[in-house]
Amino acid sequence: MLAPMLTITRALHDQIVAHARADHPDEACGVVAGPAGSGRPERFIPMLNAARSPTFYEFDSTDLLKLYREMDDRDEEPVVIYHSHTATEAYPSRTDISYANEPGAHYVLVSTADTDDAGPFQFRSFRIVDGQVTEEDVQVVQAY
Amino acid sequence: MAIEVRIPTILRTYTGGQKAVEGSGSTIDELFKDLEARHPGIRERLVDETGELRRFVNVYLNDEDVRFLGGIATELGDGDSVTILPAVAGGAG
Repeated sequence: MLAPMLTITRALHDQIVAHARADHPDEACGVVAGPAGSGRPERFIPMLNAARSPTFYEFDSTDLLKLYREMDDRDEEPVVIYHSHTATEAYPSRTDISYANEPGAHYVLVSTADTDDAGPFQFRSFRIVDGQVTEEDVQVVQAY
Repeated sequence: MAIEVRIPTILRTYTGGQKAVEGSGSTIDELFKDLEARHPGIRERLVDETGELRRFVNVYLNDEDVRFLGGIATELGDGDSVTILPAVAGGAG
């Protein structure tokens, strides 16, 4: 069982926000992989948004295969799957819910809607299981 | 013709938790029909009503996305490996 909250290091949190900010006004996306079964995000893997869109993201299909093979070889899983919303709040959209296929993952959403004022950035985490969205607390720590 | 099929987490409910199963067929279409016979319900998750691959399911023959090959009609050979991965996608919409 995963804890009902996301515990993540300050460094990883800041990398996700920096990626979201760098790709604004397009949506940014990526994964933080961790040892299978640990629930601990460790390895930051920014992904290319093949859609290059302000309202949609999709991992490139070739990159996706590479990513999953690599995680498999390292006995990792996608602990966090993150993406940004660039004009709306950091809450899963209907699109996000319908394509959420990793019930074990923490879905992190970052909003860069207020990026012109340089923050504060919304950084929120959800579980999405069978179309049900549950928000969870985010605990940012210096180290695990 | 034995084909190894790698199953993503979300579809392992159909394969009794197995990460990889064996199937047979000379095309992806035939392989998925064979999988359906062994693991009822799985084909509907991969193929739409018109018989085409679902837009947000990626199917790879060895290292190649079958969309860049022959799609659902892509031909298979003995010893090939097929990987199924749901797209990671979403967005504000």
